[in-house]
Amino acid sequence: MTETLTNPVLTLLRLIPGVETLSDGMQVLLSGFLAGVILFAFIAVFALYAVYLERKVAGHVQDRLGPMEVGWHGLLQTIADAIKLLNKEDFAPKDVDTKLFTLAPFLVFMTALSVFVVFPYDSQVSIANLNIGIFYVIAISSIAVPAVIMAGWSSNNKWSLFGAMRSAAQIVSYEIPVGLSIICVIMVVGHMGMQEIVEFQGGGFWKWVIFRSFPFNFIAFFIFFLGSLAEVNRTPFDLPEAESELVAGFMTEYSGMRWAFFFLAEYGNMLAVGLVGAALFLGGWQPPFEFLSFVPGWLWFILKALVLIFVQIWLRWTLPRLRVDQLMYVCWKVLVPFAFVCIIGVGLWEVLT
Amino acid sequence: MGRYFRDIYISVFTVLKGMYVTMLHFFSKSVTVQYPKERLEIPKGSRNQLLNIIEDCIGCDQCVRACPVNCIYMETIKSFEGDELGETSTGRKKSLWIPSFTIDMAKCCFCGLCTYPCPTECLIMTDVYEYSKHDRNDLIFEFADLDPIKAAELREKDAIRKKEKEAAKLAKLKAKEAAAKAKAEKEAAEEGKTPEKKPEDNPDKKTDNSGEENS
Repeated sequence: MTETLTNPVLTLLRLIPGVETLSDGMQVLLSGFLAGVILFAFIAVFALYAVYLERKVAGHVQDRLGPMEVGWHGLLQTIADAIKLLNKEDFAPKDVDTKLFTLAPFLVFMTALSVFVVFPYDSQVSIANLNIGIFYVIAISSIAVPAVIMAGWSSNNKWSLFGAMRSAAQIVSYEIPVGLSIICVIMVVGHMGMQEIVEFQGGGFWKWVIFRSFPFNFIAFFIFFLGSLAEVNRTPFDLPEAESELVAGFMTEYSGMRWAFFFLAEYGNMLAVGLVGAALFLGGWQPPFEFLSFVPGWLWFILKALVLIFVQIWLRWTLPRLRVDQLMYVCWKVLVPFAFVCIIGVGLWEVLT
Repeated sequence: MGRYFRDIYISVFTVLKGMYVTMLHFFSKSVTVQYPKERLEIPKGSRNQLLNIIEDCIGCDQCVRACPVNCIYMETIKSFEGDELGETSTGRKKSLWIPSFTIDMAKCCFCGLCTYPCPTECLIMTDVYEYSKHDRNDLIFEFADLDPIKAAELREKDAIRKKEKEAAKLAKLKAKEAAAKAKAEKEAAEEGKTPEKKPEDNPDKKTDNSGEENS
């Protein structure tokens, strides 16, 4: 409780006159609401420009220019798209299970949003500094699986069901190598709180977890990156959407703002995965060199995450989609054994030094 | 086991190679153009919208006959005595009024066959390729520049002339027939055998036909 009461959102909230007179519980409730609004705005703005980045990268990889018309070099293109989506009719097909159909996009987005609570945006700045931070991230992101199945099942559509099944199988499978690679980090740091993990990596880039107990954590980072790619359903692991086979997977029947919420969740997950990767392996808000510490920590954190996101996009426009059996092969026969080897290697390293 | 590791090595290597290739494309120049703002030059001899320079057209009708889809419509009226039609830019004398010269570009198949026979090279393929319209009738292009009142006048005059000509022709034909008749009568008077031949032939033919029908 004391930790929650000292969070930055609450201090922000206390700037409003009259809030101090409210009870503690009320203040926490209000700060939670405020945090939700701030995170939503953050993710929405990020998603707008991530889509723009995605389209630009796609364009230049294919020797095109990408969006160029709306705004300078198409900077306002995604805003125009979002306005179009907002104006669309709130439409549900006749035979869908209306309750689940309407609930699913918000549940998916909720999981994407609530992960952001524990990230260490700067030293001493995180909305809730849980001592089991990374465990919380893994746990919360699992809620996306039932939400996606809800979307696929309630749509009453074969494509949707296929997509949802694939997505569930994929996310559940890939959580294992991701979890194992995170264990490698936790073994080095000895703590599960995100803030502690980042603080552990201070003092130059060679102190980052990715370069600890070389090469085991280095491999663990790649396992984490590949696994997280699969968890957020991006190419080459975008079988749940697979627009050339399944129309749009579990999103097939969705349109307008409900579809936009799926989309927002997808890009929010991209950012979340990038931020987790940056915090766990690349030193979070720590600068790569001591003399660069004048640059604010949150900027380092976002920059590192953006690099990872750029690589995700780059990979998307480079690689074709995997087949289902290949997907499972990569997970169970390659990533999981390698992750176990990494755990053993890190453990031996930590014991011997 | 060896194959397992080789597979992993190959997949990692090929992924990196693919990423290298796509990275090179980040820096290569875009092959597309921002179309309505910038355009590529159209190749020489390309076939697009047709244009008839009506000042040079002599109304020879060759393009109409060359067209495989019949999308060119031309109406010509022979000049009357005293009409001054002028010359084409190549110095050829014009002798036909052209009240209408229409090309239906919706039907056109862009074969270009109409441009080759044109003796004055007035029917040409331009480099205009954006002429989409909301109504199909807007794709019918009219090239004749003759004043409609003048055209109507000419048509009337032409109709009168045609009538006169026909009347003259008819008169001529009648005269000819009369002459032929007179000649035949004259001949028949001289020789009595020839008129008898016809009745002999006709019965033969009739019997032949009836026989075919029965069988």
